[in-house]
Amino acid sequence: MKAIPFSYIARNLWVRRVTTLLTAGGMALVVFVFATVLMMGEGIRATLVATGQPDNVLLLRKGAGAEINSGIERGQAAVVESLDGIATDGEGRRLVSKEPVVLINLPKRSNGKPSNVTVRGTSATGMALRPQVRLIEGRMFRPGTSEIIAGRSVAGGFRGAALGETLRFAQRDWVVVGVFDSDKTAFDSEIWGDAEQMLAAFRRPVYSTMVFRLAEPGGLARMKDAIEADPRLKLDVKAETQFYEEQSQALATFIRILGLSLSIIFSIGAIVGAMITMFAAVAQRVGEIGTLRALGFRRGAVLVAFLAESLLLSLVGGVAGLAAASAMQAVDISTTNFQTFSEIAFQFRLTPAIVVQTLLFALAMGLVGGFIPAWRAARLKIVDGLRAA
Amino acid sequence: MFLLRLLFKNAFRHRLRTVLTMVGLVVAICAFGLLRTIVDAWYAGVEGTSSTRLITRNSISLTFPLPLSYAERLRSVEGVTGLSWSNWFGGVYITERNFFPQFAVDAPSYLALYPEYVLKDDEKKAFLLDRQGVIVGRKLADTYGWKVGDQIALRGTIYPGTWVFNLRGIWDGVDAKTDESQMLMHWQYLSETARKRLGRSMADYVGVYVLRIDQPDNAPLVSERIDTLFRNSLAETLTETEKAFQLSFVSMSETILVAINAVSLVIVVIIMAVMANTMSMTARERLSEYATLKALGFAPGFIVKLLFGESLVIALLGGGMGLALTLPVAAAFAKSVGTLFPVFRVSELTMALQLLASVVVGLVAAAWPAWKMSRISIVNGLRHVA
Repeated sequence: MKAIPFSYIARNLWVRRVTTLLTAGGMALVVFVFATVLMMGEGIRATLVATGQPDNVLLLRKGAGAEINSGIERGQAAVVESLDGIATDGEGRRLVSKEPVVLINLPKRSNGKPSNVTVRGTSATGMALRPQVRLIEGRMFRPGTSEIIAGRSVAGGFRGAALGETLRFAQRDWVVVGVFDSDKTAFDSEIWGDAEQMLAAFRRPVYSTMVFRLAEPGGLARMKDAIEADPRLKLDVKAETQFYEEQSQALATFIRILGLSLSIIFSIGAIVGAMITMFAAVAQRVGEIGTLRALGFRRGAVLVAFLAESLLLSLVGGVAGLAAASAMQAVDISTTNFQTFSEIAFQFRLTPAIVVQTLLFALAMGLVGGFIPAWRAARLKIVDGLRAA
Repeated sequence: MFLLRLLFKNAFRHRLRTVLTMVGLVVAICAFGLLRTIVDAWYAGVEGTSSTRLITRNSISLTFPLPLSYAERLRSVEGVTGLSWSNWFGGVYITERNFFPQFAVDAPSYLALYPEYVLKDDEKKAFLLDRQGVIVGRKLADTYGWKVGDQIALRGTIYPGTWVFNLRGIWDGVDAKTDESQMLMHWQYLSETARKRLGRSMADYVGVYVLRIDQPDNAPLVSERIDTLFRNSLAETLTETEKAFQLSFVSMSETILVAINAVSLVIVVIIMAVMANTMSMTARERLSEYATLKALGFAPGFIVKLLFGESLVIALLGGGMGLALTLPVAAAFAKSVGTLFPVFRVSELTMALQLLASVVVGLVAAAWPAWKMSRISIVNGLRHVA
């Protein structure tokens, strides 16, 4: 079967520029929404998943689910610290960090509206456990003082959190002596200070969470058994990566479901647009179709030609929408993660999988919109077609 | 009258295209209304507030409690006429997916402050008498099929362990704005059990105090008095109107709201493109017809009227159907998401905006073709006649 040349198909779109532009523009908008939503969900997930380190283990009180709900007593912490299987640093100290985690209400720099920011009490060991965290301005807080360091997003996003500024909470003035970058993870949205100072200031008798490094990779199951066998320790044991992945689930799923249902509704509009355009294309070219058939092109070739035209149209829209969406990667956004009740900053993230899904989505719109008109074109009788010419 | 008939005839000359365009319009206008209603639902908590209620919380953040001992001192503040308190319980019903708010409250005083929760007298009495009793809103009860007398088990996240409650009553909201998706339990039971089970500081603490003030105008003054009273104490307070308190929750998810609002405009733009496409095709096809009309002596303004009229007829028909479809779709949506949105109602403003959007789509879609067609020269147009 001889195929109708591709240049004929492409030129047809060019001839009706305004219509092509309007139809492709509508599709581009749908594709843009579809892609940005996927990118948003992926951005949240990637931010939180990257927060966990593969060999780190996180402990919470049983059933607490989130760090702020949890409580680990000093006695329990001491028992855990003495367990075998925890890695040590170069000087033989165990890599364990016992951390109070609380939320404080701070006004945003942009509009003064308050939002919850996570404050974490930690230590030099806590820093060592998270190698992705490094200071980009100022210095580390000194243990035993009211000094704090702020994550990059907090320092930029909240009043009083930049280097050299002072925050007042828990009846104290806390001086920001450093700003840290955690390589686009959730720690960028946190404030860190000395653990013991935080406990004293917030008058909390218990830690919120414990993090330690496994001495050998894959030692998680053994540690878990050891902790669960001890009746004094009513704790949940989780790989840090798994914990943070769970924290992202509710928000990422919510955005994905909302966005996908929107995209599907919108795509109906765009499909209708494509259908109208293609029906008009067929109606205008009845004579041409008759001529093509008379020249010996088969019904199949005509079907393929019109379908290809519709697919090309949707591809133009898809690529334009995707290009606009990829520009969104430069935008930093933040919202409250309702699972942790605290602010989290993240970026739109474009992955190859999203590119493929988006283009397939665009082509599917073109296919659905173009099939019936193309079918009609292919079913045209040669005589009827030529009569119109 | 003649003009109107001509418009309808013209609009349905190309039946398939017009129907397709209208399908697009119905979907778009319906989606636009639904999205606006979702945003409205987010603000439902704000709508349901009273201007005579204040909320006092710990100034550090909502996750820090206040001591119970503050109750007496708050009661004696000038301008305060009623007082109650509540704690966020944060329990999980079977799985995390079944989220609904649960508050442990000082029941007699709390119900007095919230007269919008309408409860039968015998149910209210049964609730007050049973320390393990709870009451829930009608919507929540319907979602999980609970009946009065049922036992409900929650797994505590903040207060560890499994908690079993007896359902003693189901309240109805006094109007559509009232939240019917909450569960209320006895604060005394929570506090005592927490002390027994945990033996430490979980007891005798209050999440927030709810205050009634004598008149709304006094809100800033009373708030100031309260916060001054507790300044430099172990737990400093932050007092605001119930409305401001609820708004602070909404502003936390502002990014998502902004996105939804933007998207609801995008759909109008999409349908504008589809509609403009239809109209420009229509105009192109009728080039010779318009030229004939002009040759017969009709002014260019008549052709402009024809195009705008036809565009508006299609847009308003499609938009009207979309508007009519919004109500059942919103009802179905509200049912499927359950208690996620306490109140889900298509507002009058939303409907007006839907109509406005259809009119704007109709006008914008016809603008370019109308301008072009009013300017065609008769000779060129007639040359198109085959």
